[in-house]
Amino acid sequence: MAAKIKNQKAWFFVMPVVLLVAFNAVIPLMTVVNYSVQETFGNNLFFWQGIGWFEQVLNSERFQSSLGRQIVFTSIILAIEIPLGIAIALAMPRKGVGVSVCLVLMALPLLIPWNVVGSMWNIFALPEIGLLGKALNSLGFDYNFTRQPLSAWFTVILMDVWHWTSLVVLLAYAGLCSIPDAYYQAARIDGASRWAIFRFIQLPKMKRVLTIAVLLRFMDSFMIYTEPFVLTGGGPGNTTTFLSIDLVKTALGQFDLGPAAAMSLIYFLIVLLVSWVFYTLMMKDEVE
Amino acid sequence: MAHITLQDLKHSYNERPEDDDDWALKHLSFECEDGGAYALLGPSGCGKTTLLNIISGLLIPTEGRVLFDGKDVTGLMPDQRNIAQVFQFPVVYDTMSVYDNLAFPLRNRGLAGEAVDQRVRQIAAMIDLTDTLHQRAAGLSADGKQKISLGRGLVRADVNVIMFDEPLTVIDPHLKWQLRSKLKELHQQVGTTMIYVTHDQTEALTFADKVVVMYDGAVVQIGTPVELFEKPQHTFVGHFIGSPGMNILSCELDNGKPVLAGEVISANPIKQTPPTGTNLEIGIRPEFIHFAKSGLAVKIVRTSDAGHFSIVETLHKDQSIKLLVPEGAEIPTENAFIEFDKAHTQIYADSQIIT
Repeated sequence: MAAKIKNQKAWFFVMPVVLLVAFNAVIPLMTVVNYSVQETFGNNLFFWQGIGWFEQVLNSERFQSSLGRQIVFTSIILAIEIPLGIAIALAMPRKGVGVSVCLVLMALPLLIPWNVVGSMWNIFALPEIGLLGKALNSLGFDYNFTRQPLSAWFTVILMDVWHWTSLVVLLAYAGLCSIPDAYYQAARIDGASRWAIFRFIQLPKMKRVLTIAVLLRFMDSFMIYTEPFVLTGGGPGNTTTFLSIDLVKTALGQFDLGPAAAMSLIYFLIVLLVSWVFYTLMMKDEVE
Repeated sequence: MAHITLQDLKHSYNERPEDDDDWALKHLSFECEDGGAYALLGPSGCGKTTLLNIISGLLIPTEGRVLFDGKDVTGLMPDQRNIAQVFQFPVVYDTMSVYDNLAFPLRNRGLAGEAVDQRVRQIAAMIDLTDTLHQRAAGLSADGKQKISLGRGLVRADVNVIMFDEPLTVIDPHLKWQLRSKLKELHQQVGTTMIYVTHDQTEALTFADKVVVMYDGAVVQIGTPVELFEKPQHTFVGHFIGSPGMNILSCELDNGKPVLAGEVISANPIKQTPPTGTNLEIGIRPEFIHFAKSGLAVKIVRTSDAGHFSIVETLHKDQSIKLLVPEGAEIPTENAFIEFDKAHTQIYADSQIIT
C-alpha cells in the first residue's frame, strides 16, 4: 500500500512540467488541429471540414513551390555550413590566447538578434550604398537583390552562412577538444596520414556533436523566417518565400485560418519526420 | 628490436626553465639492452611518462640524446622511429573492425593484400582475438581494446621497442593478471624490447627483468627485482618497494658503526665514511627483523594480519619500526627485544647507500 501512495505523489511532482508543456505546446497545437479541420466564419461559427484543407494545401502549387524552395535552401545551407564549420574548427588553435579570441569572434554572430541580422544585411547588400552591393557592382557583377532572384538567393544564403556557421564551428570544436591526446599519438605512431587521422579519429569522435549540429541547422533553416523577411520580404516576386513566410502570409495576410492550420501541421510533421529519421540513422550503430 | 641508449636527458615543459622544479626530468642516462623487458617504476608525477614520450618521439627532450642501436633518433618523429606504444586508455579506431585496426599500421606503411592478411591473423592468434576479428572494435570490452592497441604494436615485425604506459589502469582486477602474464609470455615469444611504465610495484616486478625506479625526475636505481628488494640504493627505493616498505631509522656513526639511539647496531660495513653533517639513516626491511631474547628494546604498538604473515608495529624510543612475522609465530604482547639481520642492514647518508 505504501508503494501506491508514493506513486500518487509522483504525479504531483510532474504536475509543473505537465502544466508547462500543456500551455506552451499541447493546447496551442490542439487549437491548430481544431482550426485545420473546420471552416471558420466570424461570430465563432465553425463548420466541419474533415481533411479538406489538407488536401487543398497539399495539392496547391503555391505550397509545393514554397516547400521546394525550402528544401533547396536548407540543402544548400547544410552543404555549405557543415563542411565549412568543420574546416574552421580544425583550423582553430587548441591552446594559447588564440583560443579565446577565436571563440569570442565565433560567438559574435550568434548573439545578434535575427531581425538585426536581416537589417544589417539589407543595408550591407544595397546595390547603391551597401558595401557588399556596391563592391559587387563595381567589380562588374550585375547585382541587385531586390530585383534579381539569383542575387536575392545569393544574399540570403550568404547571410545564413555568416550567421550560423559559427554554431557548427563551436560544436565541432567542442567535439575535437574532447579527443584525448593519446589518439593523435597512437595515430602518429601507426604512421597515419593527416587524412586518415581526420577520417578515422576526428570524424568518428565528432559524430555525436555533428549529428546535433545537422539537426539544429536543419530545423532552424527549415523554419527560417525573420532574416529573409527583413531582407527580401519573400521577394522578388515569390522567389525567396520560404514555408514560414508563406504560412504567415496565409494565416495573417489572408486570414485563411483553416488552410494555414493544415499547412502548419504538415510543416510540423515534415520537420519532425526528417529529424527523427536522420537521428535514428545516425545513432543506429552507436555502441557504448 | 634495438638497443636503446638515453644520454644525459633533461626535459622541461617550461620554455625557459629557471629553478630545479621546472625540470620534469632532471638528469638521466641509462641503457636498455636489446630484447630486454624493462619497467619504469615511480610515483605519479616522477617523470616516467615524460621519459616514455621522449623515447617514443612524442616529445623532444630539452637536452640530451636518444640512440637506437647507436643511431641518433632524438629529432625523429614517432613513425620514423619505428616504435609502438600502448596507452593508459585503450586507443582503438572505433569505426573499423578489429581486423582493420590491426592492419592499419601495415597499410599506412604501404603493405597490402596477402602480406597484411597473414600478419594480422598471426598476431590475432597470438593475442586471442581471432574470434572477434570481424567485429567492430568499438564493441569490445576494455581488455579487448587494450589487446588491439597491443596488437597494432606487434603487427609490425620490425618495431624497435614496444612501450606500455600504465596499460592495465582501466582493466578489471580479475583480468589484470591474465593480461599481465600474456604480456610476459608475448615478450618471451617475440623478443622485442619492451618498456613498461607503471606506479604499481607488483606489475613492475612481475613483468620486468630490470626495473628502473624513478623519483622526482631522476633515476634512483636500476636493478633486478631482487636487487631492489635486498639492496635499495636510495631510501626512496626501500620505502617505495615492498609492503610495508623499508624501515628508515635515523642514526649516528661511532667508529664506523651505526648507533641507533644509543645502541650500537651491527650492519654491513661502510665503504666510505661520509663527511660530518650528513643525514645518516639505517635502512632495514621488515622481513629481516626478528624478535629475540635480547637486543633492541621495543614496545609493541599494533599488530595487523596480512595473510601469510603479520605486520607488527613497534616503537623504539620514538622511532617506529615495523616487523613482518610469519603466520603462526609467537608475537610478544607489550615489551620485547628485536634483532636486525646484519647482512640486510644498510646505512644511508643523505638518502644514498654507503654500505
